[in-house]
Amino acid sequence: MIGKDIIFIIFAVITVGSAALVVFSKKIIYAAFSLMLSLFGVAALFVFLNADFLAAVQVIVYVGGILVLILFGVLLTVKISSDNVISHLSQRIWGSIAAVGMFVLIFIAITRTNWTILDKSEDVVYYPQSEAIGIQLLTNYILPFEVASILLLAALIGAMFLVRPENK
Amino acid sequence: MITLEVFLTIGALLFVFGILAVVTKRNAIGVLMGVELILNAANVNFIAFSFFTDTGIDGIMIALFIFVIAVAEAAVALAIVLNIFRNMQTINVDEIDSLKK
Repeated sequence: MIGKDIIFIIFAVITVGSAALVVFSKKIIYAAFSLMLSLFGVAALFVFLNADFLAAVQVIVYVGGILVLILFGVLLTVKISSDNVISHLSQRIWGSIAAVGMFVLIFIAITRTNWTILDKSEDVVYYPQSEAIGIQLLTNYILPFEVASILLLAALIGAMFLVRPENK
Repeated sequence: MITLEVFLTIGALLFVFGILAVVTKRNAIGVLMGVELILNAANVNFIAFSFFTDTGIDGIMIALFIFVIAVAEAAVALAIVLNIFRNMQTINVDEIDSLKK
């Protein structure tokens, strides 16, 4: 049990620390790689929550898809050597105050609420979830499933339409 | 150690850092990274609630659809950013102010 806790703490620190690096790194390319580490950490946290399928999807979709997309965006638009990605000082100060205040509010709400949770103190049984997800997708969630496919098609056509060349 | 409150706190931290990235980055792609962090924070919360309470598999299904929306958002937003760069030669969000002139 203690070894599991140690591994969990390591991944939690990696996740939150890389998220902080995304915010505070001066160069946009460092922020992109920190974001990759943070998304990996979130995938590891999913494993601790018995979400094996979502952990795999997180790695494939976020790290393999969205992050490559973001890196291409960085390479196509920004001079890598330019380091003026951080805004003015006053904006940073007010943003930090707002963020800290928001975190304090959320933390108070978390600690003061009486959650009715299941007893997960000892010996959590982990089991594969892909079968249950598949059954749910084709029964209760069939309408969101179809709507999601239409949304993806619309996003695909829209993105291609937006970046087409100017001259016909 | 692995309790609901810990996961909610991690989610809150990710959300706050995402908000901070959206607010303080000058680069439009940095803003997009902040949005991805916010969506991940929501996912962590959904899956934590799905694991620690008796709501069954609903949290996981909602997280799955959040993935779909995140992908669509990233693709369209990056297409818009590339278009802005082609038209204005910059993607710093404080310099894209031609509507003010």
